[in-house]
Amino acid sequence: MTDMIVQPLHAPPPRLVRPSAGIFALYVGVGAFFLFSLYGSNLSPAKLIDGLPNMLRLVGEMFPPSLERLQSVGGAMLETFQMAFAGTVIGVILSVPLAILAARSLTPHISLYYAARWLIALFRTVPDLVWALFFVVTVGLGPFAGMLTLVVDAIGFCGRFFAEAMEEADKGPQEALSALGAGRSEIVFSAVLPSAMPSMINSALFTLEKATRASVVLGLVGAGGIGIELKVAMDLFQYDQAATIIIGVFLLVLIVERVSSILRKLILK
Amino acid sequence: MSLAPAARLVESAIDVTAPARPGAVAASIASVATGTDLDIAGLCKSFDRDRPILSNVSLRVPQGQSVALVGSNGTGKSTLLRCCLRLIEPDSGAITILGRQVHALGRARLRRLRAEVGFVFQRHNLVAQLSVLSNVLHGAQARHSGPRVWYQALAPRPLREEAMHCLELVGLADFAARRADCLSGGQSQRVAIARTLMQRPRLMFADEPVASLDPNAGEEVMELFADLIRRQNLTLVFTSHHIDHALRFGDRVVALRKGGIALDAAARALDAPTLRQIYD
Repeated sequence: MTDMIVQPLHAPPPRLVRPSAGIFALYVGVGAFFLFSLYGSNLSPAKLIDGLPNMLRLVGEMFPPSLERLQSVGGAMLETFQMAFAGTVIGVILSVPLAILAARSLTPHISLYYAARWLIALFRTVPDLVWALFFVVTVGLGPFAGMLTLVVDAIGFCGRFFAEAMEEADKGPQEALSALGAGRSEIVFSAVLPSAMPSMINSALFTLEKATRASVVLGLVGAGGIGIELKVAMDLFQYDQAATIIIGVFLLVLIVERVSSILRKLILK
Repeated sequence: MSLAPAARLVESAIDVTAPARPGAVAASIASVATGTDLDIAGLCKSFDRDRPILSNVSLRVPQGQSVALVGSNGTGKSTLLRCCLRLIEPDSGAITILGRQVHALGRARLRRLRAEVGFVFQRHNLVAQLSVLSNVLHGAQARHSGPRVWYQALAPRPLREEAMHCLELVGLADFAARRADCLSGGQSQRVAIARTLMQRPRLMFADEPVASLDPNAGEEVMELFADLIRRQNLTLVFTSHHIDHALRFGDRVVALRKGGIALDAAARALDAPTLRQIYD
């Protein structure tokens, strides 16, 4: 069969649209800043190539991983997950009332809306390690400081996403309850929260995954968990023990992500 | 069609305040003493300054009467119903419902008034993630507050039993434990009606209650709804695009056109071809 040749009356539009002067300037600006950032980061392929033998030596010394302190590593691993789980649960619970205040359609007063939004933004934007240092100074070294850090981290993350889920909740049931004279709390608990719940569960499970990863690092500043074990092993050049810890962390995060994914499918189906 | 024939119909409206159905006669006599259930005077509403949706609309509905509001899309039928409960704030005009001036009510009193007025929406507006029984129970939020009326699991026995009775009235008692998002459109609308019955309303508004349903389900739901209204002798104002429904289920038909009332007549004095002209 031969291809049919047709001649349309109108020419097709151009394949590419010429950017406006402003957009073109933006592209150039972003490109220039990227090059400036590479310069600021001391980008050096030569150093990377020179460092490859060191990397290979390090990896060589890590294997086979040492099982000498397996029990102590296992204990620290459990403590890490306990911090993550407790911190997430408490953070998620505290996020709910804060998110109600931070949802524009539900907040009782605009000043409370801004106060809640600012608090959530503060919790979210200050990095974990800074909060960990703050709590180590406040309550001392150990997992309690780590748990408090993860509570703050969970509020920063969940507070924002819970508020957005509540604002986007189906307005129909809310209007129906409002039309029959229901009060604000009735509308929130009977219509808004159930409608937003799938999205909130999703956010809570992501928070648990995030907290598990974060809890590993918190030990580096003395806020409990496996991080301190890893730091000691690296400082004492016990790379085989460090390898055991890294594999343990990898498995822990993997298991939490897998279980979280299964739960998400079960709950949200 | 020009507006003139419709205007003539307004003039020739036959005793529009007299209830047509026998059950409402007693209520009509009572309404002489209690006044009208709904009295709208000079209602104006516009979303766009140049194009008013409702312009100086006045309507009086005696107790026990069923009024069908008809008219093309965008003529303000839904807006009128929503203005009555201030789900949309009217621009001007006076609305009196069950003897209370709606525009003058504060937040708490407005809530108390809304509690006495049932509203069935075009979309059923159920909480999809909750059970059918919880959704029906929400109707009791008109009278109660707190966790006992949030979810059926927290509700006291009398409220659960009342909710089950309302489900029985709409023929869905077997569906009480199901999630609302597992129901068909017709079943969902019946649950919405049960929720409204749970409210124990004195006056009922329905905004195209069967518009989202297929013809058979729509017929079934409308029959059931009208029957429940009739048995409880409630005043009903409903909007509909079904001429047949307007004539069968309304004692009185009010047609809106170009922001005003173009026709106001007793349903028994109208026929389908005459009413259809309002859409021309």
